[in-house]
Amino acid sequence: MVEHRRFGNLLPHLVLIAGVIVVAFPVYLAVIASTHDNSVIANGQMPLYPGQHALETYWHTIVSGTGRTTREPVGSMLLSSFIMAVGIAAGKIAISIISAYAIVFFSFPFRMTAFWAIFITLMLPVEVRIFPTYKITSDLHMLDSYSGLILPLIASATATLLFRQFFMTVPKELVEASKMDGAGPIRFFFDTLLPLSVTNIAALFVILFIYGWNQYLWPLLITTRDDMQTIVIGIKKIIDVKDALTEWSVAMATAVLAMLPPVAVVVLLQRLFVKGLIETEK
Amino acid sequence: MENRAIFSGRLLACLLVFPQLAISLIFFYWPAAQAVWQSFLVQDAFGLSTEFVWFENYVNLLKTPEYYHAIGTTFLFSLLVVFFSLAIGLLLAVMANRNIAGVQIYRTFLIVPYAVAPAVASVLFIFMFQPGLGMIARALQRNGIDWNPVLNGTHAMILIVIVSVWNQISYNFLFFLAGLQSIPKSVIEAAAIDGARPARRFWTIVFPLLSPTTFFLIVINITYAFFSTLGIIDTATEGGPNGSTSTLVYKVFLDGKAGSDLGGSAAQSVILMIIVIALTAIQFRYVEKKVHY
Repeated sequence: MVEHRRFGNLLPHLVLIAGVIVVAFPVYLAVIASTHDNSVIANGQMPLYPGQHALETYWHTIVSGTGRTTREPVGSMLLSSFIMAVGIAAGKIAISIISAYAIVFFSFPFRMTAFWAIFITLMLPVEVRIFPTYKITSDLHMLDSYSGLILPLIASATATLLFRQFFMTVPKELVEASKMDGAGPIRFFFDTLLPLSVTNIAALFVILFIYGWNQYLWPLLITTRDDMQTIVIGIKKIIDVKDALTEWSVAMATAVLAMLPPVAVVVLLQRLFVKGLIETEK
Repeated sequence: MENRAIFSGRLLACLLVFPQLAISLIFFYWPAAQAVWQSFLVQDAFGLSTEFVWFENYVNLLKTPEYYHAIGTTFLFSLLVVFFSLAIGLLLAVMANRNIAGVQIYRTFLIVPYAVAPAVASVLFIFMFQPGLGMIARALQRNGIDWNPVLNGTHAMILIVIVSVWNQISYNFLFFLAGLQSIPKSVIEAAAIDGARPARRFWTIVFPLLSPTTFFLIVINITYAFFSTLGIIDTATEGGPNGSTSTLVYKVFLDGKAGSDLGGSAAQSVILMIIVIALTAIQFRYVEKKVHY
């Protein structure tokens, strides 16, 4: 960095290459395995280069399902995961942005109480209060429904806090100017505040989409119907076959499909994602 | 709260906070209260009658050796995961903070595990570590190690630690990188002019300046090891063999799923809630401190 060293840059390259290999190798292996025939994998002789069976494996995995088990083809799981992830991201952003708007720009009784009531929900992840939450969702007849999958998971305050933080930095003059132009609170929200928040909304969307897509415990409990299963849950059933050999090529194809959307989102929107992540947590 | 130019219109404001408050009330406060209430009840075997028993569930819990075993497992597991994921994350961040060719490409690859669901990460590693067919399992066997996470508790623990660390490296990497980039270059240059070698510069200047980030990440990583790894454990080992990978959270899940002992499961949940609240409180105290300086 400061002094001039002849081999100074060799070490970082070596360490980073080692890091990338460790990080990428399991993913690479999954892609390779999904292109080979089951028998090649099962005897432990899988080569490190792609095989001939990619189209066949993915067709079986996504569309037809493979006759051996009763499970749904992965195509329908992808759809469920997608609905859940988008639902959680959109729902959380929608309720958070309006409540943050109310808390920052309005004066009403119990404003601080409302803020703290929302703030406290930061404290307990759903894993801790899982069975009572399950019971209530079941009492409300929301098992096996998308609302049951989505609503309980959007009850947390991170997004509200983030929007609140951001709204506090909006200059007062902007609100006054807008008022002088005769804009009411609703017009101010749509014409001024929303356009200003676009970057924040996009960054949050990336993070929440991944959060929703990667959920495990909640969909495991809530969905008993096969056709509503998410792919993250489905994959366990594929490797967990009693008294039979796991179809590893199908399992790995499923893993690849389960990774593809969130990894693509993160890699494509890297900048937004990093910005959003660091702001959310600090 | 800071003074804003404020709108009037109480009804509108209430309508705006209503959705979030309603959802928090139904899916957060009500179940949390239920958990506390249930932890004081004992239900008979047929679920026909319940009795209020004060702290009996807690007392019983503290009498069972399995509970202490789960505490020990959680402690060991969290320690290993937090240590390795932070150490590796920091090492990679320090290297990626240098001004070298292709650094953006390295960074892109290194953030991939963040996007992979814990349960899916678990499946990737099960495949590599599957006795008989997995690449790494076979390599271990060739070298005389009889690798079998299904039967051997230590092997099972090693497996879930590896998956959890792999899954968490990118998160720590990103935060350490952000922390490193916020350290003023002039401080480091001054030390270099004074003749401090890179290793010395790192331990006496950079590392102490990173301590707020490190502390924040320790809290986050403990929470991660406690809760987010449930998918990993359930897919890879299901808490076995013989409870050797059953952490506190996994035990709540198992006991509650079996459904026979609701009170006991609720008591475990409440103890966990207290642990999380303590962790969160530490985190906020520290965040507040940082805002001041």
